[in-house]
Amino acid sequence: MTTSPVVDPAQVAPLVHRSSGYWRTVGGRLARDRLALVVGLIIVALLAMALFGPWLTPHDPYATSMIRRLRPIGTEGHPLGTDELGRDLLSRLILGARLSLFMGITPVVLAFFIGSALGIVAGYAGGWLNAVIMRTIDVFYAFPSVLLAIAISGALGAGIGNALLSLTLVFIPEVARVAESVTTQVRGRDYIEAARASGASALLIIRTQVFGNVIGPIFVYSTGLISVSMILASGLSFLGLGVRPPEPEWGLMLNTLRTAIYSQPLIAALPGVMIFITSISFNVFADRLRAAMAVRS
Amino acid sequence: MPSSSDSRAADPRDLGGPIQPLLKVRGLVKHFSVRGGAGKRRVVRAVDGIDFEVRKGETLGVVGESGCGKSTTARLLMQLIKLDAGELIFDAATVGGQQLPLREFRRQVQMVFQDSYSSLNPRMTIEQSVAFGPRVHGVGRRESMARARSLLDRVGLDPQRFGGRYPHELSGGQRQRVNIARALALEPRLVILDEAVSALDKSVEAQVLNLLDDLKRSMALTYVFISHDLHVVRYVSDRILVMYLGEVIEIGPAEALFERSAHPYTVALLGSMPSLDPDQRTEAPPLVGDPPSPIDPPSGCRFHTRCPYAEPLCAEQKPPFAELDEGHRAACWMVVPGSQHSQAAKAQCVDA
Repeated sequence: MTTSPVVDPAQVAPLVHRSSGYWRTVGGRLARDRLALVVGLIIVALLAMALFGPWLTPHDPYATSMIRRLRPIGTEGHPLGTDELGRDLLSRLILGARLSLFMGITPVVLAFFIGSALGIVAGYAGGWLNAVIMRTIDVFYAFPSVLLAIAISGALGAGIGNALLSLTLVFIPEVARVAESVTTQVRGRDYIEAARASGASALLIIRTQVFGNVIGPIFVYSTGLISVSMILASGLSFLGLGVRPPEPEWGLMLNTLRTAIYSQPLIAALPGVMIFITSISFNVFADRLRAAMAVRS
Repeated sequence: MPSSSDSRAADPRDLGGPIQPLLKVRGLVKHFSVRGGAGKRRVVRAVDGIDFEVRKGETLGVVGESGCGKSTTARLLMQLIKLDAGELIFDAATVGGQQLPLREFRRQVQMVFQDSYSSLNPRMTIEQSVAFGPRVHGVGRRESMARARSLLDRVGLDPQRFGGRYPHELSGGQRQRVNIARALALEPRLVILDEAVSALDKSVEAQVLNLLDDLKRSMALTYVFISHDLHVVRYVSDRILVMYLGEVIEIGPAEALFERSAHPYTVALLGSMPSLDPDQRTEAPPLVGDPPSPIDPPSGCRFHTRCPYAEPLCAEQKPPFAELDEGHRAACWMVVPGSQHSQAAKAQCVDA
C-alpha cells in the first residue's frame, strides 16, 4: 500500500485495494509449481486422449488378426505390438483411456456431490442427525473398499452401470467423513455464531459461510480418490465385473493379456503402465493442490 | 464510558420508556450434560439461576474468573444456545414471544466476540461480512454494501482501502473494528462485548475502547461488557456484576462496588488487581486454589470453601441477595443484618 498523503485525485486511485480471490491465489501457486505443471499436463494429455480417441488411433482397435498375435514392441506398423487376438495395442490403449478415465472419474464426481452434502449436513447439524448419518456411513466404511466394490458389483451383476454404482457407494462414505470432520471444525468458529446471531437460517449459513470454507479440503481429498477409483475400476473389469470384452479398458486388457505374461511380458505390462501413470498423476496433482491451498499469507 | 442517558434521542423502538430496563434476565439456567469417567451422565451447572437487569443506555460490566459462566451468559443472552429455564424480557416484551420473535430480537441485540480472526469468515471480504446481516434481513445488495461501507468508515477503516480485503490482510485491531461494524450493521440497541478488547495490545485496546464510547453516544447503544480485566471494566462500566460459579454474587454501581465491596469474593478479586503504583501494593492474600467444579458445586454459599470468613451457616444455607444501598446487592450472610453470622453486625457498621 502506498502511504503518500498527497491529495491529488490521480493519486487516490491506487489506494483502492482489491485482493485477488482465494482460488486465483491457489491457481497462481500451482502455475509456479513445476511438478504440478508436469502432472497437470499428463492429465490434460490423458483427457485429450479420452476425448479424441477415435481420431487418434492408427488402426481399428477392434480388428483382430490370427496371424499377427502378440507381436513385440517395435513391430513395423504396430509400435506397441499387438495383443493376444492380434489387435493393435497402441490403438487399444488410446481408446481405452476413454472408458478407464470415465470409470475412474465418474464415481468420484458422484461421490463428491453426495458425500459432501451428507457430510456437511451431518457436521453442521450435529446431535442425533449427525449420529444417524455418520453411523450409517460407518457401516459401509467397516468393509475394505475393494471387497465392498466387488460385493456390490457382484450382487448387482456385471456391467458398466453397476460397476459405477458400486464404486460410487464405496466412495461416498470416505468423502462424507472428510466433509463431516471439516464442517465440524468450521461450525465451531465464531463467524458461524455471528451469522446465527444475525438471524440467518441454517441453510443460508451453510451456503454462504460454511460451504466456501469446507469445499477446498473435500475437493483435494476427492481428487486423490480418482487414482483409487481407476485402480478399483480396472480391478472390477479384470474380474469381469465391469467393462466387457471386446471394449478396450486398461484393467480388462491387463486381464486378457495376462496369458501372455511369459511370452511377451512387456506387452502384458503396458495397460498396467497406463493405469500407473494415470493414477500417480492424479495423486501427485491432488498432493500439490493440497500444498497450494494450505498456506495462507 | 460514563452513561449519557440524557443525550439519547427518542427511539421509536423504545417501548417501555426510560425507566423500563432494556433487558431483564430472570432465573436464567443453563446446564450442560457431560459424560463422567464411568459413563455416568453428569451435569455442569454453567449458569445456575441468575437475575439481573441491563438499564437503557448504560454499560454493564460483567466480571469473574474463567469458568464462572460469563461467556455462557453472553451466549444465552444472544440466544445462541438454548436456555434450560428462565426468561429474557427485552424492553417489556418477552423474547421469543409473540411481541418479539427471535429474529426480531436478534436484530436488536448483537455481539462482538473475543477472537477477531475466528469471528470473520476468511473467504469473505470484510465489506461482505459487514453487509451479511442486512442481507439476511432483506435489505438489497446495493444498499447493504453502501451501509457496510459507511459503517467501516464509521469505525475508522477507509472503505475504499479496506473494504475489499480479506480478514488475514488486516491487523488484530482492524479486524476487531470490522467485528464492531458487523455488530452495528443491524442497528442494534444492545451490544454484548464478550472479551472484545482482551486480545488486543494495550494501545490498540485504548483506541477501540474510545471508538466504542463514541459509537455508544452517537448510536444510543447499551453495552454488556464482559471482561476479566478489572481495570478496563472499572473504566468503562456504569454498573458491575460479579459472577462466581454460575451465580451472580454482587452487583452495584461501579464506584460503590470498587470502594465498598461487600462480598469477600469481590474483595479478593479486586485485591488481585495489579497496581500501577508500587507503594499501593495490595497486601490482602490472594485466593488459594481453583474454584470448585461446577459439576458438583458446594452447598449453601458456593464461595464458602474458599472464603476466609466462612462459618457453618454459610455451608448450610444459601445467602439471600441482600441490598446494601441503592442498587448495590450482594449474596453474603455478612451483609444480612441479624443473620447468625458472627460478622453480620460488623459488616453493617462498615457499611453505615
